[in-house]
Amino acid sequence: MNRYLLPLFGFLVLAGFLAFGLKLDPHEVPSPLIDKPAPAFSAAKLSQPDQRVTLGDLKGKAWVLNVWASWCAPCRDEHPLWVAYAKNSPVPIYGLNYKDKNEAGAAWLRQLGNPYAESLTDPDGRIGIDYGVYGVPETFVIDSQGVVRLKHTGPITPAVLRDEIDPLLKRLSQHG
Amino acid sequence: MIPEIGHLCLFLALAVALAQGVLPLVGAQRGQASWMVLARPLAHWQGLFVAIAFVLLSASFVRNDFSVLYVASNSNSALPLPYRMAAVWGGHEGSLLLWVLMLNLWSVAVARFSARLPLPFAARILAVMGLVSVGFLLFMLLTSNPFDRLIPAAADGRDLNPLLQDPGMVIHPPMLYMGYVGFSVAFAFAIAALLGGNLDAAWARWTRPWTTAAWVFLTFGIGLGSWWAYNELGWGGWWFWDPVENASFMPWLAGTALIHSLAVSEKRGGFKVWTVWLAIVAFSLSLLGTFLVRSGVLSSVHAFATDPRRGLFILGFLVVVIGSSLALFAWRAPKVGLGQRFGLLSRESLLLANNMMLAAACGAVLLGTLYPLFIDALGMGKISVGPPYFDAVFALLMAPLVFVMGIGPLTRWKQDEAAPLVKRLAPALVIALVAALGVGAWAGRITLLTTGGLLMAFWIVASLAVDLKDKLLPAGSSFRQVGHRAGQIPLAMWGMLAAHLGVAAFAFGVAMVKTYETERDVKMGPGDSTEIAGYRFKMTGLREVPGPNYAAMQGTIEVSRGDRVIATLLPEKRIYRVQSNPMTEAAVDSNPLRDLYISMGESLPTGEWIVRVQYKPFIVWIWGGCLMMMAGGVLAMSDRRYRVKKAATAAARDREATA
Repeated sequence: MNRYLLPLFGFLVLAGFLAFGLKLDPHEVPSPLIDKPAPAFSAAKLSQPDQRVTLGDLKGKAWVLNVWASWCAPCRDEHPLWVAYAKNSPVPIYGLNYKDKNEAGAAWLRQLGNPYAESLTDPDGRIGIDYGVYGVPETFVIDSQGVVRLKHTGPITPAVLRDEIDPLLKRLSQHG
Repeated sequence: MIPEIGHLCLFLALAVALAQGVLPLVGAQRGQASWMVLARPLAHWQGLFVAIAFVLLSASFVRNDFSVLYVASNSNSALPLPYRMAAVWGGHEGSLLLWVLMLNLWSVAVARFSARLPLPFAARILAVMGLVSVGFLLFMLLTSNPFDRLIPAAADGRDLNPLLQDPGMVIHPPMLYMGYVGFSVAFAFAIAALLGGNLDAAWARWTRPWTTAAWVFLTFGIGLGSWWAYNELGWGGWWFWDPVENASFMPWLAGTALIHSLAVSEKRGGFKVWTVWLAIVAFSLSLLGTFLVRSGVLSSVHAFATDPRRGLFILGFLVVVIGSSLALFAWRAPKVGLGQRFGLLSRESLLLANNMMLAAACGAVLLGTLYPLFIDALGMGKISVGPPYFDAVFALLMAPLVFVMGIGPLTRWKQDEAAPLVKRLAPALVIALVAALGVGAWAGRITLLTTGGLLMAFWIVASLAVDLKDKLLPAGSSFRQVGHRAGQIPLAMWGMLAAHLGVAAFAFGVAMVKTYETERDVKMGPGDSTEIAGYRFKMTGLREVPGPNYAAMQGTIEVSRGDRVIATLLPEKRIYRVQSNPMTEAAVDSNPLRDLYISMGESLPTGEWIVRVQYKPFIVWIWGGCLMMMAGGVLAMSDRRYRVKKAATAAARDREATA
């Protein structure tokens, strides 16, 4: 065979991989938490900073944990979706106000609407570390046994909400 | 109206580019001079239209025309004017326009300075560049038009990414693109030579200055990017092996190999197939970099907003350009003869070793960069390849490369004897080893890696010194003739010396920083102080400072050594109003011996801040080394033999004109 053809073949193989790569999403990192118990926490409420909520308080019912912050621009993009979804949500949605100031967070909710049953505060990002938060917003679905069932990094889109999160929540609210 | 005219100019440029890509090429194949001579005027016209489009897009930024989608997405009325100008290339669409503008600058330069090239050769070169331009103009017009309107207009823009609001970032992309795109000239020369079958020493001599020029720009662009990351990203790193950095580094490695390979092709007529291949590869890697940055295939801090259509288009373009040129290579390369034979120990063999190692390094970076993609595509999971892989592979490949770098310049072409070489270089090796260990002892800690790195640096310096001494003061000559002999050394040789010394300075900086840097994260409020490496850092104030489009918290930190205050540094944490991104503005006190680097981390509820102080010995040598490499490139391309030819041709032209 003509050895001068080798670069061409090598390149075509590479191009094949690149074409395949276009279909993959490198940002989609599987969370090691999936199907594992959610990390425990104890967090102050945003509305009443003297009261705390722990993971144990939320057991017995499936729920959504949405990590947000007033300084986070993509959170602003996804927020209306949660506000709309919260009206008919089969399970409660909890916010985690991540690395934020309470006043800033509360003002944000007053301005844009509050879809959360309650927002927990994580001013120093400690809970975020336990949950492996690396980009805000992030969304977790946790079932009634306290097991993480889904994690979405980055803003949710209407398609993700409709095709992934909503069916899962409906199932979880029916079967526990 | 302005954006519409800009849009129209892009269409006109596309039409001209098509003509420039087809007519001269067909003319060259058929030997029709009337079609070939079209290449130069068409290149000028295309350049003119693209330049107008670029000016008009800039005008929309200057006028804050937020009815242009691209302006509204990347600018803001509060953004200072210099950054509004830089915002032209702050996003995907505008940076593509910059790419095309650079390509046209290079084309016009080739059109102007190719008078001494045979007409069919010049026509083919400009046609190839025209075809590349067609691809990019189509890409812009079909998927990424910077002149798209936003109706109704936005009240204000979404602002330029705060990371890009830095003087270094204003010139980093143009320089980098000049380098990337500059390799299109070497590529066009290679394709034209393959088509015309005139792959000879003259071809190599014509290609050399262009390749070196592109390489100088790329070196500057990469160095600037690294310096920017160091100052701007706020944690004191200077290279991250991020996929996009790698995308610029791979063409640099291939380009470095190409420069050395061209030397053999010019002087000895050898390595021709390899040289042509490297010219194709260097430009292909530039295109691949464009694909990686803009397709979203790899996750990176640099990635532009992604759109699958764009990825698909560039991939298609990549397949056409690279695929067809490699096919042409496979077809024509077997007919290119081999150069003259050379011995096992000769400058050719050492340059071949240099090329092999640079190519291997380039391959290793390519593999590491795309490995996560390969693994993911094969369904074997998600992984990322980090600095440990790259650092290890690089150290292993650079050590023999630097060793050869010391010997190569002292070796004769064709055939050399080992014994006299060893005799000349043995003292250099001993001196380098002693110096490396000495520096380690002086710094207080000797480790294998540091000694290795320092040995590389001192070995280059010592072997260059031997080379220079032999040239300036050969055995039995007198001191008085040193000046005369120095004048006889061609500029290209000084260029080589400067560039290799730059590598030494770079290696020295890296070895020193990697081993002896220290850092400390401390909680600091006004009145608090900390100490590292004998320097005392005291926070004397903390205040809010308003900026044009951001609000900042600024710490005042007094640095003292002993009783003497040596600097007052003002690190900032900025919140940019529109995008609400926090940005760390590090404050650096820099001198050739060490940098003191302070950045503000997180604020604590108590009002104090986590402050990171770092001591980085000799870090500026890294960028100083890059500047020396660039200076070497500039010297090499200003060598007499390129200018003399030009003057001779100019004279010939004058004679023709008067005759």
